[in-house]
Amino acid sequence: MNKITIGLPKALLYYKYGDLWMTFFEELDCDVIISPNTNRKILEDGIKLSMDESCMAMKVYMGHIYYLIDKCDYILVPRLKCIKKHEKLCTNFSALYDLVNNVFDKNLIHYNIDVEKKEDEFYAFTTMGLSLGFPYRKIVSAYKIAKEREKMLKQRRIDKQKTILATSSKIKILLAGHPYNIYDEYIGKPVEKVLENNNIEIIYSDLYDDKYLEKEVVKISSQNYWTYNKEIMAAIIHYQDIVDGIILITSFPCGPDSLSNEMILRKVKIPITNLVIDETNSDTGILTRIESFIDILEERRKTK
Amino acid sequence: MKEERIISFPHLGDYYIPIKFLLNKITKLKVMESPPITKKTIDLGSKYSPDFVCIPFKYNLGNFIETLEKGANILIQAGGGCRYGYYSEVQEQILKDLGYHFEFYTLVDKDKITPKSLYHTFKKIDKKIPLWKMIYYLPLTILMIRYMDNIDDFIRKNIGFEVEKNSFSNLKKEMLDSYTKCKGFLSLTKRYFHYKKAFKNLKVEKPENCLKVGIIGELYTSMEPFSSYFLEKELASMNIEIKRFTNVSYLLYQKRLQRRKNLRYIEKYCKYTIGADGMDNIYRAKYLIDEGYDGIIHIKPFGCTPEIGAIPIIQKVCQDGKMPIIYFSFDSQTSETGIKTRLEAFYDMLTIKKG
Repeated sequence: MNKITIGLPKALLYYKYGDLWMTFFEELDCDVIISPNTNRKILEDGIKLSMDESCMAMKVYMGHIYYLIDKCDYILVPRLKCIKKHEKLCTNFSALYDLVNNVFDKNLIHYNIDVEKKEDEFYAFTTMGLSLGFPYRKIVSAYKIAKEREKMLKQRRIDKQKTILATSSKIKILLAGHPYNIYDEYIGKPVEKVLENNNIEIIYSDLYDDKYLEKEVVKISSQNYWTYNKEIMAAIIHYQDIVDGIILITSFPCGPDSLSNEMILRKVKIPITNLVIDETNSDTGILTRIESFIDILEERRKTK
Repeated sequence: MKEERIISFPHLGDYYIPIKFLLNKITKLKVMESPPITKKTIDLGSKYSPDFVCIPFKYNLGNFIETLEKGANILIQAGGGCRYGYYSEVQEQILKDLGYHFEFYTLVDKDKITPKSLYHTFKKIDKKIPLWKMIYYLPLTILMIRYMDNIDDFIRKNIGFEVEKNSFSNLKKEMLDSYTKCKGFLSLTKRYFHYKKAFKNLKVEKPENCLKVGIIGELYTSMEPFSSYFLEKELASMNIEIKRFTNVSYLLYQKRLQRRKNLRYIEKYCKYTIGADGMDNIYRAKYLIDEGYDGIIHIKPFGCTPEIGAIPIIQKVCQDGKMPIIYFSFDSQTSETGIKTRLEAFYDMLTIKKG
């Protein structure tokens, strides 16, 4: 039997579940193609293919799909409605599958999570594996291995961050935002580069042990129901006593962020700045804002 | 002396009438609707709102500030849906930071609204509300909303062709006044049929093949005429028959009942629901094409995420059905002239197409 090639666009949820998906398909002996880091061409293709009002991260995503379109048999476009009971995700994630399906003419894999309708992650993986024609037992074992590996990789990164937090004496800034914004080459990376050049230790909000999530999130908001935004809020509360400042990264015009950022800005008491990034952004603008922010933090440290 | 408690709520089209009716009947508190929406409301609202939040947030916040200035001290927000559900906490925080003192209640709890949860919320507002009043007046209010929506549907079909100017809107005003005075199911139903007949007797000159346009899109801009710069009035002045789907009775119960049927109707385009009204609007676009309408107008606030997800699919549905469609995106900075110009161009195109 010929090997199936699966395309994974390196945008949006890849930054959350990438390891899980990769390991799963490798265990099933599929070839996996991951699109490269976002570059100018991908971004421009994405802008052409999407509505001008959709958020920057979505535009980038469409560009990645366009890159993969003739390079693989299937593309994994997840549809996530709800991954925790009584919580929701941004509606972009529930629209993603149908949106891509209507814009492109391509085989997509069904991957649907809606916990309130009893379709959890395990269900999504089994239906996905079965639709590709793999035997059930193989899928289950591949899922288990993938899940363990994902857990291990995440724990390793969290531990690494913990040692940095404990040992480093440099100024520490928490980069808070959705992982698909922070790690994207055109959204969060320019900010990261500036911080690195200025000899700042960067702490990431997604590297956070969510054991105490519910307890910590209520310090900012008790009614928020977006799972990913709750994670950001909890991470900010968790790290706010250890870091010197917080930079909130948002892609324009993110729906959930527009409201939950407002709550964060009003409740957090340490220096915090909100960078809203869209495709017409200039690096100089970011540079000026971050440098003045760093100046504030340095002065603040001296007076302490 | 204890301060008098005054209860207030933001505007949504004409629906302040049934809400006020319900609150008046079941509580003994003083009920005051927010001052009517003006340019000042939206200016106030945008001044204190986050940058790129959607426009209903700004209108609601403006309403709240104006009504707090007038002395209200209990505020009610609906909640539910996409971003709407999180409005209340942020608005409460913003208003508290501005220095106002008030109580704040949200009707929809965790995306679900049931008579029971509603009763519990009202119980928190006023401990003395008896259960029988809720059991009697809640269905009465829902029936009133339903009757209002039915009449509105009729008005939208005919208002563009009225012979005597303002005859429809005057009669509607009279009807709404009379609704507030009704005492029970019987008197409400009597009034409804009386005015239904009266509306049918109003003179209209409707040509056989008039232009028919459907309005789809996000719920707040559909239902609050000020936020869409009186789009429906504009259309009526062009002698167009209007069909609009979104109204409160749709949101309250029809939506839930129709979900599965609608999804099957558009299974060629959609496998899943999109969130908020996204899937419904795709269904409506397909429905309008199949019913032989001449054009579709899609309206939404700037940055409305569910609609942005749905628009590319709606676009494809309209391309397949060769249906003209125009998109309006409203913000606090939208210019009215710009909307008029685009609307006129759309109208010209439709008339030429119709021949």
